Amino acid sequence: MNRRNPLLPYLLITPTLLFVAMFTIFPLLSSIITSFYKQRLNIPKFREPVWDGLGNYRELLSDEVFRQVISNTGIYVLILVPLCVAAAFLLALMLHAGGGEGSTAVLNRRSRNLRRVGKRMNGFYRTAFFYPTVIPMVSAATIWMFFFTPDYGLFNRFLLFLGYRGAQNWAGNPDLALAAVLITAFWKSAGYYMIFYLAGLQNLPKQVFEAAVIDGAGPLRLLVSITIPLLKRTTLFVTTIAFIGTFQSVDHVFVLTGGGPSDRSSLLLYHLWQVRFDQLNVGEASAITVILVLLLLFFTVSNFIFNERGER
Amino acid sequence: MPRRIPRIQKAAGFRFSPVYLLYAVMTILALLWLSPVVWSLVASLRPLNDPFYSGHIWFGKSLAVESYLKAFRLAPFGRYYVNTVMQVVLILGVQLVFSSLAAFAFARYRFRGDRVLFMLILTQMMIPTSALLVPNFQTIRWLGIYNTILAIAIPFWGSAFGTFLLRQAFLAVPSDLGDAAEIDGCSWYQMLFYMYLPSAMPSVTAFAISSISWHWNDFLWPLIVTQSDKVRPITAGLVRFTQLGEIGAQWALLSAATMIVTLPLLLMFLKFQKRFIEGYLHSGIK
Repeated sequence: MNRRNPLLPYLLITPTLLFVAMFTIFPLLSSIITSFYKQRLNIPKFREPVWDGLGNYRELLSDEVFRQVISNTGIYVLILVPLCVAAAFLLALMLHAGGGEGSTAVLNRRSRNLRRVGKRMNGFYRTAFFYPTVIPMVSAATIWMFFFTPDYGLFNRFLLFLGYRGAQNWAGNPDLALAAVLITAFWKSAGYYMIFYLAGLQNLPKQVFEAAVIDGAGPLRLLVSITIPLLKRTTLFVTTIAFIGTFQSVDHVFVLTGGGPSDRSSLLLYHLWQVRFDQLNVGEASAITVILVLLLLFFTVSNFIFNERGER
Repeated sequence: MPRRIPRIQKAAGFRFSPVYLLYAVMTILALLWLSPVVWSLVASLRPLNDPFYSGHIWFGKSLAVESYLKAFRLAPFGRYYVNTVMQVVLILGVQLVFSSLAAFAFARYRFRGDRVLFMLILTQMMIPTSALLVPNFQTIRWLGIYNTILAIAIPFWGSAFGTFLLRQAFLAVPSDLGDAAEIDGCSWYQMLFYMYLPSAMPSVTAFAISSISWHWNDFLWPLIVTQSDKVRPITAGLVRFTQLGEIGAQWALLSAATMIVTLPLLLMFLKFQKRFIEGYLHSGIK
């Protein structure tokens, strides 16, 4: 009875392995293969796959729309990710300073009540920045569609108040559509990345700060020489998940702009959906899948290498 | 404590501490962050015959729930809810069973090829399933389950993230304890149920929360593999609702529909905030 079946561990991992193989490993290989075939479901001649070598990739490279999409995605990712990471860091820093050491030192002397108020305020701020994370991206997009409305939309009212006099039709203007998509995603995700910085800040060794303060370091010096370097790993981690999340999440494009006007706000994953389910071009969609997977792998693997190097 | 660090005390002695300025800035930012949802919530309570371009952009002539009633009449949001709950339960339930089995095997036993097999499962964490929607759609077609809730759920049954998280938690159980239980005639499933799983409850909760909120909010995959209201989840239902011809720019109605979709999870979050944030902190490993 106490001799266990040597096959037992294999049996235990079989279900997970089976479904991972079926929906991650197999599709990976199959999209590489089908990307070399021409298959278009709306053209009778190409309903069945025909060998085409690198044809799909060649077509993509010379396709104006695909170039537009790549440029949109590049701009979108390269602005959104640093913006989110920076905002997440600043928000976490302010929350930490408001509820952490800084304020208790002040509020301690005043009264206990004030300190309790400070704690409660902090809870409120954290909720206010984090709550967009838990609402569906499509709801966020519907809410912002309303928020962006020309004339009486609250967003335009607010900009008007700040002195903005430009175009107001954010989702419909070719020059603003990508910005509309970007602003919505920023609002939705900055608070999510903030909690990683909050956790990181809470785990920083307090003695280091106390020692530095005794040595006469000011707040800016503390920030630049201690806080930021000690949070390097958090930054690396947050940057990676922000990159992956940004490529993955395109739900708001469906609601806000539908990729338009004239593909000016289309993102890679959205375009992939269009090519496959609007244009029914299976071959080209597979080629885009391969490109998307390579991009994602590039980010995760380079993060892994960075991390390993940091360990030593 | 304050005695030990005189410098901080001195800095803190200012009448107008920078902390108050900080609070002012944070309050403004927090209100900005809250405004889209608050505005939408207020708008959803505006009477339908009181458009926004006429009059105040916040409140209408009176408050009304007619938008909610009309939204429920125009689209089967009740059905969408049931579908979403079924989808989430079908995903999480299977994930928990499969992941704890696999995690138990990887944490408890050494076997030929265990490292390679573990790495193979972990590839899923590097390549999100949403990038593979084209070939996975083909698989769903091939399985003949297009337009079912099963089709929405099945790609997520094997969870590398769940396996990884539970394995970490299971590794904390000393293997001597398991050996002793084995000698006493304890079978592997008793060991898993009575020793490993109870000690891993925090990880199970964290995983459950991140899985629930991820799949509750998922849109693209359900959109692709469903086509009828019978199986459509709330996210896809909402997007369809926004595209209904008779709606146009009736913001009160659209806002009501959005709130119907948004509020349940949001209220849950407000109630169990700590748990949620912990769950999301774990989900970052993904």
